Amino acid sequence: MIEIVSTLPLNTVQDLGRFGARHHGVSTSGVMDPVAFTVGNVLLGNPDNAAGIEVQTFPFVVRFLADTSFAVTGADTAATLDDHDLPPWWSTTARRGQTLTLRPPASGARAYLTVAGGIDVPVILGSRSTHLRSEFGGLCGRSLEQGDMLRTLEAETSPWKPGGLGVVPPTFALPVTNGRVLPVRVLKAGEYDLFPEEMQDRFWSTEWKITHHSDRGGYRLSGNPLKLAAPVEMRSYGLVAGIVQVPPSGEPIIQLSDANTAGGYPKIAAVIEADLWRLGQARLGSLIRFEEATYEAAVEAMAPVADYVARIRRTADLYRSL
Amino acid sequence: MSSVVMDTLRPSRATVTPERPALAAPKVSSIGTRALLLEAPGAFELRHQKRIWAVADEVEKWADVEEAVLGVTNLLVVFSKPPRDLEATRVALIDAWHRLPEKAVSGRIHQIPVIYGGELGSDLAAVSAYSGLPPEEIIAIHCAGEYTVCAIGSSPGFGYLHGLDPRIFMPRKTVPSLRMLKGTVTIGGMQAGISVNTGPNGWNAIGWAATPMFDLDKTPPCLLAPGDQIRFLAERIEL
Repeated sequence: MIEIVSTLPLNTVQDLGRFGARHHGVSTSGVMDPVAFTVGNVLLGNPDNAAGIEVQTFPFVVRFLADTSFAVTGADTAATLDDHDLPPWWSTTARRGQTLTLRPPASGARAYLTVAGGIDVPVILGSRSTHLRSEFGGLCGRSLEQGDMLRTLEAETSPWKPGGLGVVPPTFALPVTNGRVLPVRVLKAGEYDLFPEEMQDRFWSTEWKITHHSDRGGYRLSGNPLKLAAPVEMRSYGLVAGIVQVPPSGEPIIQLSDANTAGGYPKIAAVIEADLWRLGQARLGSLIRFEEATYEAAVEAMAPVADYVARIRRTADLYRSL
Repeated sequence: MSSVVMDTLRPSRATVTPERPALAAPKVSSIGTRALLLEAPGAFELRHQKRIWAVADEVEKWADVEEAVLGVTNLLVVFSKPPRDLEATRVALIDAWHRLPEKAVSGRIHQIPVIYGGELGSDLAAVSAYSGLPPEEIIAIHCAGEYTVCAIGSSPGFGYLHGLDPRIFMPRKTVPSLRMLKGTVTIGGMQAGISVNTGPNGWNAIGWAATPMFDLDKTPPCLLAPGDQIRFLAERIEL
């Protein structure tokens, strides 16, 4: 059991997502950075999909009401366990009564707290993820609040030896070249060719800002607008995370975890799956630019991410068996 | 919580936004690393929707398909891993479109009682003004329609309905209602709808229905299914 000692809105219980429910009109939800979240579970020997807490507003403070192995991954939150510093991307065992504090991150946007066994909330349509707009999933379909008590499921592994285990964050293990502007690789989507050449060039050359009107549902970008000769709308079609749509304003929207399951804006591009986690860590106000990827490149880009997670899995399993 | 990126809040102009030019042939395009979108050619036709239903049934049997998600004359296909041969997969989808007969669906018929006008149907007057028809006639036309559920999507249990009489088409609002009640009976462009979430909504409210569209305690949770028919009944009129 863990107790939420202090929190701000929009911190929720999530797993990898509610897949297979789109035909009910139910969004996939799920964590915005699946790499950080999965590593958190892998460190603990949990199933990859065990539910954890996505923290996107800080400070966030929890108290462990029993000895509990946990991991903190994702954004670097200068975490402390009582008054001991916890390195980023670290897993250890908290003693009963200890308090974990996550602070506003210097880099990254979302941190993940995973616990051995996973958070025990009801499975709804195949997932424990919270969908705030639908008011279901997670803890009573809402953000976590001060005083909430979260049960944990039985752990499949034994507690860590003193110290625990940390890993190299993927921003170091899988670096991108440009520091100031995040390159995001995309496939061209269905209506790319509807845009005049000048607008296509503008799509690639613009440094797009992630506006403050962005959330888990999607990122609204600002920059030089992309205009069609005449506005059009599509018959409603199913959406997946990463689709880049152009509404009549001309400023693109990237649909993300909590997006509606269908929409009708023209779609110009689709963020490749291997880059979605980087978007999940991109901060409001930061800049991104789009780079074209072929389908083959999009598929190949998944391997380094999978290898990174696989290496951690081997290391964690080995360390645990010693 | 209201999302800032609700796709249903398209600002409207004085007329209904034109559709993307009709496709001459079925089209398959990438919509993600593991996702393709199949779109039917031509203008909206119910027989095309029925063919999309048939394609959905078929591709759901493909071993590498995680989800087949119906849209309005289109189908999103999500794969469990990226197809090894993308071109072959595209060809297979186009082939399924050409090969399969329209799906014969004998869906359920839902009678939905509606309280027309009043506080929860506050745009009835605007629809009347736009169409040049008195409110009573708007209601009569809306009730006379036979609506087919093309697909469920956008929000839990929301049905995309075909069958709105063109005389009562009404552009979406320029400024959305900030807190439209769940169950509001709406007109958005060329479509009829029943809202499923309380929150911001750019469609025009002409009434309200108590019938729940989504209930997690039921299996399936959605009241409506593709192929079902809807009839609206005027339970009460508040002018």
